[in-house]
Amino acid sequence: MNNTNEQRSSRASLAIQASLKKRYARERRFQWYGRVAVIIGFTFLFVLLFDIISKGTPAFTQQYIRVTVNLDPAELGLEPGASREQMFAADYLSPIRSSLRAMFPDASSRKDKQSLYRLVSAGAEYNVRDQVLADPGLIGQTSEIWLRAHSEAGSYLKGQVGADTPEADRRVNDLQIAWLDRLRAEGRTESRFNTTFFTQGDSREPEMAGIKVALYGSFFTLLVTFVIAFPIGVAAAIYLEEFAPRNRITDLIEININNLAAVPSIVFGLLGLAVFINFFGLPRSAPLVGGIVLSLITLPTIIITSRAAIQAVSPSIRQAALGVGASKLQTVVHHVLPVAMPGILTGAIIGMAQALGETAPLLMIGMVAFIMDAPAGVSDAATVLPVQIFLWADSPERGFTEKTSAAIMVLMGFLIVMNALAIYLRRHFEQK
Amino acid sequence: MDTTTVFLVLVVLTVASFFMGRKRSHAVVSGQGGARMLHSLPKHYGYMAALWALLPALLVLAFWLAFESTILARLVLSELPPAVKQMPATEQGLYFNQIVSYARGSSDAVQLDASQVAAADHYRTLVSSSGAIKALLVFLVALLGAGLALRRIRPALRARNHVEDIFKWILFACSFLAVLTTLGIVLSVLFEAIRFFQIIPLADFLFGLEWSPQMAIRAEQVGASGSFGLIPLLVGTLLISAVAMVIAVPVGLMSAIYLSEYASEGFRAIAKPVLEILAGVPTVVYGFFAALTVAPFIRTLGESFGLDVASESALAAGLVMGIMIIPFVLSLSDDILNAVPDTLREASLGMGATMSETIRNVLLPAALPGIVGGILLAVSRAIGETMIVVMAAGLSAKLSINPLEAVTTITVQIVTLLVGDQEFDSPKTLAAFALGLVLFFVTLMLNIIALYVVRKYREQYE
Repeated sequence: MNNTNEQRSSRASLAIQASLKKRYARERRFQWYGRVAVIIGFTFLFVLLFDIISKGTPAFTQQYIRVTVNLDPAELGLEPGASREQMFAADYLSPIRSSLRAMFPDASSRKDKQSLYRLVSAGAEYNVRDQVLADPGLIGQTSEIWLRAHSEAGSYLKGQVGADTPEADRRVNDLQIAWLDRLRAEGRTESRFNTTFFTQGDSREPEMAGIKVALYGSFFTLLVTFVIAFPIGVAAAIYLEEFAPRNRITDLIEININNLAAVPSIVFGLLGLAVFINFFGLPRSAPLVGGIVLSLITLPTIIITSRAAIQAVSPSIRQAALGVGASKLQTVVHHVLPVAMPGILTGAIIGMAQALGETAPLLMIGMVAFIMDAPAGVSDAATVLPVQIFLWADSPERGFTEKTSAAIMVLMGFLIVMNALAIYLRRHFEQK
Repeated sequence: MDTTTVFLVLVVLTVASFFMGRKRSHAVVSGQGGARMLHSLPKHYGYMAALWALLPALLVLAFWLAFESTILARLVLSELPPAVKQMPATEQGLYFNQIVSYARGSSDAVQLDASQVAAADHYRTLVSSSGAIKALLVFLVALLGAGLALRRIRPALRARNHVEDIFKWILFACSFLAVLTTLGIVLSVLFEAIRFFQIIPLADFLFGLEWSPQMAIRAEQVGASGSFGLIPLLVGTLLISAVAMVIAVPVGLMSAIYLSEYASEGFRAIAKPVLEILAGVPTVVYGFFAALTVAPFIRTLGESFGLDVASESALAAGLVMGIMIIPFVLSLSDDILNAVPDTLREASLGMGATMSETIRNVLLPAALPGIVGGILLAVSRAIGETMIVVMAAGLSAKLSINPLEAVTTITVQIVTLLVGDQEFDSPKTLAAFALGLVLFFVTLMLNIIALYVVRKYREQYE
């Protein structure tokens, strides 16, 4: 009896021993699944960031070509003693072209000449015009002028396209490469920091395009969003945390806030189009409407985080204030809000970061226009940074790929700063 | 008077009412023992007068601004010759815009006809009289409000309570805005969708197998109504979402399990925020990444296996969308796994189960409802996601469940239909609102079910 029991238990323990190895192996395998999942996540993030940064970094430099330009008044179409308006309207293209032809007499056929002209940017004439307007003495003289390189020529000078790729696969032809090599050998090319990218609006030419208008538009849009969403969000959070009675209306409000947080942002865009533009007749493409729509999108975020911040305020503070005779509103405004403010601001910054990256609803209200001049106010047509990224990503010109990536880097830079600020605020005030 | 001036004068009136209210509160008790006889502090009487001056006037101003342009347009149009009134809505809009831009001095009279010039004069008089009436009305209401408040000031008036009541109502109005927003979404989308269904029968929309709204541009052509069948869009949306889920759920869930059950505290503190960066990347960035990096990569990869991959394949869009949703699944599953009581873990481990057996046989079944809720929320995010698919998915609606082909989604079609030139009454633009209604309804249902499941599950353990 005793014997068989022992036998049985030893047999069972043998079976367990035998299965243990398998079970441990399975345990290790399972742990590896987890590790692999985390590694996959890291890899995605790394590939994404690396892709953007490696594509975008070249956009921060701009290639220049030094051309000996003879500003012959006859070729400019200017009489001696021409007025400023006449100088403004003068033909700067022909002197540039004839100077290029003088530098490279080997370009004889029509096609070759076209290739030659495409070494410098289509905006080069404005470049020369601005220099002449700044110093009218240049007229009639031969001077060395640095001109912006065309984006394709620039990408060869930056080494993005090599001479070893077959000619059919690149936009700079062999002739242009030979010319560019000669220019480089003569020290006539230069790489500078790309200020154009920050001081110009959108353009059809990649080397002339910049994000200034988009930055202004984003600023005005976020301004409107903040002015609307912050006070309303905080007020709603105060009401729901401190004053709201437990009843059907309060429940309805809470359900609505939670649902709005999960409604796709494009639906808010439809709301903006139907209500603010078509019904109230507000201007299309304006930061005003964009800001209103974005404030509706960020409101749930701000309300939810502000509520959490107000909830975290110790009840002893409320009781102390009420105990010395403050009214409920005085308690909230004088005592609860100041303590909760860092948390509320953190939420507001996160909401603003969300609004800064939002694109789809702004497409709905027409903020996709091609705009070259910076908006002066909230009702001027403007575009915002993410929409600019979207527009450039759609452009067929290859030069826009690096501009897009660079704009993404600027956008992500702003987002990182905002989130870092939010984290700092939270850490700094949590310690107190 | 323009609105800014009206507003500034209103602010001045408000401040003045504050001082007058305060002064009057002193005055009513001057002979009877001074300010201590008042129920509230003198400044509260000031606040009361200021609020009475400001709030009603502000409401009047807001209403005036909201309806001014619509009413002016009606008035001007009613004076125009009958030929104009019979124009189609778009032409009429253009005609009217010319009048307005001429009246504002931003264009010259060259391409205008005589009736437009006359109408522009009419418009100008209307605008100036509207401005005058607006200013008069606002100031009258403000003065009336302030006057009423000032007359009511007595020592026994509970001014502080009165002011606080007003503020409570303002706070309530702010939170009620959430309800109004939902209502606004539903009504605006529903109205336009109903107009769409008057042109295209509901059944054709819900069960149609073909989507080609482009045909509707040329009104005189045969078959000009286009075809507006929802099914291909729905299938495309679900296909891309399914690809996204295939990526996001295993990676997100396994990461959550690893980080919450196995990883050291230090690793977790670094890994979780790093993975959550993925959630902070704007969707337009993902779209760019999908269109310019992932899609060509998948295409070349497919070609090396001898597969024919579309350059805007559902796989590329879905893959990138999956990456975007990983942190979402991760943090939801993490919360839910942490909510499972430790007693369950300890009981299972105490019986000799390994950690993985505990996770598989105890934790996951216990957390399952919550995880399913989280996945539903993620699906609703995927369905509503716009920029990735606009930039990386196709435009033509093909009824296919092959992820290597190009399909289109509901959100892509909304954007294509509404971006660019649009005439507001064509079935094409109205169709976008019908699609918006479908999108809103589907995501709302998913959210409600998901929130219900998650809440139900939380209650179990609390």
